[in-house]
Amino acid sequence: MDELDDVEAVGLLNEPLRRRLYEYVTSQGRDVSRQEAADAVGAQRTLVAFHLDKLVAAGLLTTTTRRLTGRAGPGAGRPAKLYRRSDAERQVSLPPRDYRMLATLLADVADEARLDDALQAAARAEGRAEAAGAHAERLDEVVQLLASRGYAPRVEADDARAVEGAIVRMGNCPFHALSESHPGLVCGMNLALLEGLFEGNRHWAPRIEPSPTGCCTVLRSIDNAD
Amino acid sequence: MPIDLEDFHLAQLNVAHPRYPTDDPGMAEFMAALDHINALADASPGFVWRLVDDSGANATSLRHPLLEGSMVNLSVWQDRDSLRNYVYRSGHLDYLRRRNEWFRRSDGPFLVLWWVPAGHIPSLDEAVDRLLRLRRDGSTPSAFTFRDSFSYGGAPPVVSPATEGEPRPAWESTKPSARW
Repeated sequence: MDELDDVEAVGLLNEPLRRRLYEYVTSQGRDVSRQEAADAVGAQRTLVAFHLDKLVAAGLLTTTTRRLTGRAGPGAGRPAKLYRRSDAERQVSLPPRDYRMLATLLADVADEARLDDALQAAARAEGRAEAAGAHAERLDEVVQLLASRGYAPRVEADDARAVEGAIVRMGNCPFHALSESHPGLVCGMNLALLEGLFEGNRHWAPRIEPSPTGCCTVLRSIDNAD
Repeated sequence: MPIDLEDFHLAQLNVAHPRYPTDDPGMAEFMAALDHINALADASPGFVWRLVDDSGANATSLRHPLLEGSMVNLSVWQDRDSLRNYVYRSGHLDYLRRRNEWFRRSDGPFLVLWWVPAGHIPSLDEAVDRLLRLRRDGSTPSAFTFRDSFSYGGAPPVVSPATEGEPRPAWESTKPSARW
């Protein structure tokens, strides 16, 4: 299949089942099998496989192959095809806009002039303003707030409903390209934004906790936020 | 003859002009964090070596005559990714974002990268020479930055620090694709 352009790729998500599959796979933050995806959306496995492979062809998902059983050799069965979000970015703006280039140039200048403090102050104020009136304290409220900002939050907790001891990891960095090109500036800004968003929150505190993949921040419940 | 990429390591020099003397209260938090930051580096995948002063713990007492007033941080890593993961994707980032509290803005580049043969321990003179080249010529295969990294493809990097008119090796520029 020829490489799809951005509009064609995004257009593929117009099919409701395909869109649900995309949202399910990308929210897992790990490799997902056809069977898991089929169970999650309640559709037939062959149909699900067809749609998943369409999303792969469009560059929205990517695949790996792995034996799920841990067995090898004869009788181990065929390796399973597993799906996860692709690293490629798709962007559609009509009429055409190029905010990425603008942001990159501004970040170049801000980095050069060491405007970290001013940027962090602005981000904190922005987060504070966003949070006004919205008190995200229950786990589901926190997850919803972060999801609405594009962080693709994922909860790690012993008890799925307990705030205590929970960590919310971000499956997506909304500022990914800029955080790659200007990590000090942009990750500092991102933390300040979250600090503003959760300022005065009795249960949650954002922390810098980078890993080789994913976002540089996590949200920790106060009692285990060091 | 094919080049074995494992034969080369990435050296980095980072210089920073502290706002206060190292024993000033303004630097206390940074100085107190140093052992932790350095231990993180030492334990990072791909870490090879870092320069220390007579204290054996860090390089905060070292200065170079051509970079008056600047602290120096000189280290060697297996490759660009291992260094990058430490600098930007480890607990080190939490201190990096606070750099303004302790260090003044630098005029011109303050971080330089260059390839060295595995096993070569760069001297501070060699490292400062690379930084001055970067400041003079911009990114080239013999002195570059994360932004304009060079990897080698086909020819070994030139090591001698001060060879004028050195032949330009057949490097391959690998601009990060994330920019736009």
